Amino acid sequence: MAIYHDPSKPKHVADRVEIKTKVKDGASAEVPTTHDVTTTTPKEICGIGHRMKRKEDPRFIQGKGRYVDDFKLPGMLYMDIVRSPYAHAKILEIDASEALAMDGVLAVITGKDLEAHGLHWMPTLMSDTQMVLPTDKVVYYAQEVCAVIATDRYTAADAIEAVYVDYEPLKPVVSPFDALKDEVIVRDDKEIRTNRIWHWEVGDEAATDAIFDSATTVIKETMYIPRIHVSSIETCGMVANYNPATEKMQIYMTTQAPHAVRTVFALVTGLPEQKIQIISPDIGGGFGGKVPVYPGYVIGAVASLLIGKPVKWIEDRSENLQADSFARDYHLEAEMAADENGKIVGLRVNGLADHGCADSAANPSKFPAGLFSICTGSYDMKAAHVNFDAVYTNKPPGGVAYRCSFRVTEAVHMVERLTSMMAHELGVDPAAYRMNNFIKPEQFPYESPTGWEYDSGNYHAALEKAMEMIDYDGLRKEQLEKRERGELMGIGISSFTEVVGAGPAKDYDILGIKMFDSAEIRVHPTGKAIARFGTKSQGQGHETTYAQIIAEVLGIPALDIDIEEGDTDTAPYGLGTYASRSTPTAGAAAAMAARKIKAKARKIAAHLLEAHEDDLEWNVSQWQVKGSPDKAKTIQEIAFAAYTDHPDDLQAGLEATDYYNPPNLTFPFGSYICVVDIDKGTGEIHIRRFVAIDDCGNIINPLVVEGQVHGGLTMGLAPAMYEEIVYDENGQCLTGTLADYLVPTAVESPKWETGHTITPSPHHPIGAKGVGESPTVGAPPAIANAVVDAMWHLGVRHIDIPITPEKVWQALRDAGVTE
Amino acid sequence: MSQHNVSININGTEHSHDVDARLLLVHYIRENCDLTGTHIGCDSTSCGACTVIVDGRAIKSCTMFAVQASGKEVETIEGVADGGLHPIQEGFWEMHGLQCGYCTPGMIMCAKTLLEKNPDPTEEEIRWGISGNLCRCTGYNKIVEAIQYAAEKINQPEAASA
Ligand code: FES
Ligand code: FES
Repeated sequence: MAIYHDPSKPKHVADRVEIKTKVKDGASAEVPTTHDVTTTTPKEICGIGHRMKRKEDPRFIQGKGRYVDDFKLPGMLYMDIVRSPYAHAKILEIDASEALAMDGVLAVITGKDLEAHGLHWMPTLMSDTQMVLPTDKVVYYAQEVCAVIATDRYTAADAIEAVYVDYEPLKPVVSPFDALKDEVIVRDDKEIRTNRIWHWEVGDEAATDAIFDSATTVIKETMYIPRIHVSSIETCGMVANYNPATEKMQIYMTTQAPHAVRTVFALVTGLPEQKIQIISPDIGGGFGGKVPVYPGYVIGAVASLLIGKPVKWIEDRSENLQADSFARDYHLEAEMAADENGKIVGLRVNGLADHGCADSAANPSKFPAGLFSICTGSYDMKAAHVNFDAVYTNKPPGGVAYRCSFRVTEAVHMVERLTSMMAHELGVDPAAYRMNNFIKPEQFPYESPTGWEYDSGNYHAALEKAMEMIDYDGLRKEQLEKRERGELMGIGISSFTEVVGAGPAKDYDILGIKMFDSAEIRVHPTGKAIARFGTKSQGQGHETTYAQIIAEVLGIPALDIDIEEGDTDTAPYGLGTYASRSTPTAGAAAAMAARKIKAKARKIAAHLLEAHEDDLEWNVSQWQVKGSPDKAKTIQEIAFAAYTDHPDDLQAGLEATDYYNPPNLTFPFGSYICVVDIDKGTGEIHIRRFVAIDDCGNIINPLVVEGQVHGGLTMGLAPAMYEEIVYDENGQCLTGTLADYLVPTAVESPKWETGHTITPSPHHPIGAKGVGESPTVGAPPAIANAVVDAMWHLGVRHIDIPITPEKVWQALRDAGVTE
Repeated sequence: MSQHNVSININGTEHSHDVDARLLLVHYIRENCDLTGTHIGCDSTSCGACTVIVDGRAIKSCTMFAVQASGKEVETIEGVADGGLHPIQEGFWEMHGLQCGYCTPGMIMCAKTLLEKNPDPTEEEIRWGISGNLCRCTGYNKIVEAIQYAAEKINQPEAASA
């Protein structure tokens, strides 16, 4: 930690900073902020805003969900994978003879076998390449080496033990800082012998340097945002079912993006795309970990193709933790500058991304560091510059999100830590300091120094509400009293801005496929409906919330609308569900498609009522003659007529499709306050209270939003205090089971207190912004800030997450507090 | 591999198969008996997705062999409701105690034995009671509320449905 002041300039104290404490809600005329969720439909219809119980729940609570491992096809075989015990080694020989001699073993598939079909390498989402199976060397611990196909899973598990692989261990590169030295090259398949993958800069460097040169206060901190793993409770898996007679490849798989996977499979294998059907059934949690195509999927599909029988592959938890895509792993050197009034004026960041052995991040193509450049956060500053490098190491590939939108969490953690540090450094209360530095409501749409256009926001209102709810002033008093008694209590704030809903097609694509999303709605003659989407729920509740959006527009009861996703043979094309993009994209598509249907319904109603279209008005669920609500046709009557009595100049039927290309991203935000008590003897941190105020624009279903926020908060707590994927100096993963990788239980997880403000997105058809991930983004710095707040007076400036009792104890010991 | 005949009463139905000594109870339930509501989430007895009730005790069926359950009574999620929904199932639905649903059957089975032992648990007791079951989606608040709902309903059937 380096805090340096220009001695020629005065150091600031609290009373010299002008603090705004009270800001009126809704200062921006176009986008007023409100507090109450309102509805325009009655309960029987359950449109937007209703606290509707989820439609998908009955099957889950009765054990009737259908997850990948629940599918059992006739003649199905099982695959298991031999994995490398070394992080870096040459493969001298693979001897599978003993395994092949076992009863029930049909095949052992090696890299050489795949090479014969040109399938031993595959492209990653970031246009890098990744081994499916190695032909000559392995580059990470637990890498797939070869696969066994057998008649049942126990035999397959026995057979992988009987495969003999002769390795010649090589020196691994474990630290990304060592990787920069290029002494050991991870990817010697590449022409250029370097571990550097990309260099990326954003912002105005010269302007930022000038701001820093003239700043009064500059703080600087090195932060590590550790490697973590989503660890959804269902691991990844598939059943590949190739039918030699129809030449159709049907794949049940745990994927968040079935359509994109189909296209990737077609491009990689050369199979005609119409002969590939990806079915993503019920998914037991995704959080980003089920976006990539893992080698196991490709091997399983090839096995089914070669053998002509269904092949099931289900990862076990250790494989999932050790080899699937990780998240985060950013090393940051961050500086913040403030002027003579204590106002934040600039941000400067140097980052190093550890991508493991391949860049298989799941970012939009043009954004190698994802949306990290949102790092100026909720604060109005003059200039910022971000400078990033990425390297290969001998670790599993990845760089997926962990319930967040493309690297936003790393950015938010950094800026929220720095902002609290700056406040402490200037001797200003961190809440007041934020209030004074926030982008003001009237500044929206706000153009950030790194080029984002924030759609809407009212940061003051959210923080004010959180402070009120937790009794901030009371807590600060209590903290002072406790401090006098030598007790450690801390209050941490995080006022984050998220950026979700990728995205506008002009800038956002994955492997060239634009990031629109789609909805297709069909209204049946009896007025019931089915709607299909290009997204894929993994627990977010799409079957309920999409139905509510359609119910809102068409007045068809949400219970009468079935929602389907995940089958590429029936659903319209879309990029899938991650990065909180479902509501901003497919949710918008649902509203737009429903509006098209409503427009056609108007024509049919005019025909039935013998009135002019222009003389009709919409009323909840019917078109009626203006001023005479008794002359009306309900949507159900109109639907029936669409098939039985439609006007001559209209086609029959009542359906519409929409491929929605959002004009901008959405920018949800929130303010979180965390209160911790720290045991001086043990370093144990007790989260006494945690208040979260989220603003995700208009709320489709308050019950679902609460659930999403609670879940996101626990997934924010997790990396803040418990989770980290750790490697030893040989590149061996030390956290390969849930006994070492500490997913929080109900005991660690606090009783979350939540609330909301509502500042609609001005460009989204229903003013919604998306919410599933905001809390994962916002929670870690609130916790870290609380811990540091408790110890700042002892000289503790920063502790990297996960903040364990051991780290706290060590910090207290260094500060001379504990023995 | 030695074969053994097991007969296990699952949800009131007798099941009998010749199985390998090493066959895990969870695989027996899922694959021999086709009851796929019991899930698998780990290989270290950590997640509780596989929780079933054996002779009245919640156990993790990934850590018990089928042969150990022979002659015992096993209850799985498919057997908890006696027509309609069990109050715990109802609680999970009412209070939004689930998202992806993968942990849910295990949570419900665990909650069932918890409420049988302690019909009126405090929030703290509920949190400790389900601490062997991981949920990655919900943040647990609403699972706790679901179990509280069920406790209330079981204790005062009238009041809760009113
Ligand atoms: S499967 Fe995780 S405890 Fe049994
Ligand atoms: S609801 Fe998804 S793991 Fe609990």
